Amino acid sequence: MATAHSRTAARLMVSPAVILLFLWMIVPLGMTVYFSFLRYNLLTPGTSFAGLDNYYYFLTNAAFWDALVNTITLVVGVLLITVFGGIGLALLLDQPMWGQGIVRVMVIAPFFVMPTVSALVWKNMFMNPVNGMFAHIAKALGFAPYDFLAHAPLLSIIVIVAWAWLPFSTLILLTALQSLDREQQEAAEMDGASTLSRFWYLTVPHLTRSITVVILIQTIFLLSVFAEILVTTNGGPGTASTNIPYLVYAQSLLSFDVGGGSAGGIVAVILANIVAFFLMRMIGKNLDA
Amino acid sequence: MARKITQTRKTTVTVIAWIIGFLIFFPILWTILMSFKSEGDAIKAPLAMLTSHWTLESYGEVQERSNYLRFFMNSVVISLGSTILALVIAIPAAWSMAFVPGRRTKDLLMWMLSTKMMPAVGVLVPMYLMFRDFGLLDTRTGLVVVLTLINLPIVVWMLYTYFKEIPGEILEAARMDGANLRSEILYVLTPMAVPGIASTMLLNIILAWNEAFWTLQLTTSDAAPLTQFIASYSSPEGLFYAKLSAASTMAIAPILILGWFSQKQLVRGLTFGAVK
Repeated sequence: MATAHSRTAARLMVSPAVILLFLWMIVPLGMTVYFSFLRYNLLTPGTSFAGLDNYYYFLTNAAFWDALVNTITLVVGVLLITVFGGIGLALLLDQPMWGQGIVRVMVIAPFFVMPTVSALVWKNMFMNPVNGMFAHIAKALGFAPYDFLAHAPLLSIIVIVAWAWLPFSTLILLTALQSLDREQQEAAEMDGASTLSRFWYLTVPHLTRSITVVILIQTIFLLSVFAEILVTTNGGPGTASTNIPYLVYAQSLLSFDVGGGSAGGIVAVILANIVAFFLMRMIGKNLDA
Repeated sequence: MARKITQTRKTTVTVIAWIIGFLIFFPILWTILMSFKSEGDAIKAPLAMLTSHWTLESYGEVQERSNYLRFFMNSVVISLGSTILALVIAIPAAWSMAFVPGRRTKDLLMWMLSTKMMPAVGVLVPMYLMFRDFGLLDTRTGLVVVLTLINLPIVVWMLYTYFKEIPGEILEAARMDGANLRSEILYVLTPMAVPGIASTMLLNIILAWNEAFWTLQLTTSDAAPLTQFIASYSSPEGLFYAKLSAASTMAIAPILILGWFSQKQLVRGLTFGAVK
């Protein structure tokens, strides 16, 4: 039904979106690449060609390796909590119960809380060593209060971020569970398959694809956690909770080192692209266009 | 031939699920409760806090001290503005890709998605400098533009998956009945597309409202939305728990309500149609 006329019209309709996204992708990124080869500090006038110096300094800086390890710890930690927690919660919420709708709403709620709010609520109302709820509980039980953000900053941030993302994995895995073929389950049951083998041979393979989607999409977002770190620890103490986005921010907008920050930005882009490569293949396979 | 579920099992599941649900929801509930306390009562031990006097004074103080409404309006303008702009650009694009697919439509969709994979921090420096040079720092216009661009791929994708579900035969049937292009769009396609557009809009408002990288980097005060306003509580003076709670409650309430309406669409939108 597509005529030459309608094809032209279709191209015209697509072009604004394509042109805008193309510019958005190519202009700033091109500038970042360009800056990354310059000696360029906002505090000192003038720029000069620096070759690979910025990359050299960024990659040999101890802070970078700390940040890389922290970034990976943060991503893996949050993924472990949200994937296993999400599977458990989805299986639980899939059972018949009273008031399922209300429980669902309570479980999903954290996803809608903006990052600055969730981070500050956890930091002050729960993890604060003097007035926080955990301190009150510790005192009531006769223990000394623990200063979570000072002594275990990265772990505290993992908990805060995992709390915000648990609803996401739960919701997706629950949606996947609900599309499970009930008749197949019943047939397996009639053939004498135990609950455990039904779970292992029917439910798990069915969930694999959704789990992969959850892992990949969360990784994309978790690689760029920023606000939670900014309002809780400012990356500290030292570099104990600095991840790569925060390091790039500190280098470019706090130390005004445009060249160095840009080199860090390009490193972050390369890391994210490794993950994106697998995600794109995954989604592409499921697209029947 | 549904399986019989014993009452004991259902009761056990209900109790466990309610306890876990309550624990997950608890930080939000606690924040809401604390917002109705005075500063002195808010830092008391949990039981003493609960039984203390209830008051609305924190809400008044937040507005009085920091002009809460201005930040709220910035959030509304930025999230609504970027959503509407993204829809205006994305609807024709998704429309033509769904109804007049070409050989490269799939590649185009994948490419659009790939722009979403770029970490924001990779373009932080040039964006900041461009905003500075064009006088866009701390303006609503600047933020509307950036948020439109970062959410555009998701909007196109979501609309595309919804439009794909509109059966093409209906168009042919309408044409056979003598409908011209205008009435085809107006009376046949639009009514079928409205639910999809509405859910896309809802999800995008939520994403834009909670966006906390560019809103924190590119605003300071004039155009600062609620994310930035709440962040200003990270270096507080004196007692501030009740005020922080009141400000937080007001910042999350509208989105919490919108979000509960959009649970289903959320899955589709955030997985780019990979899980429905």
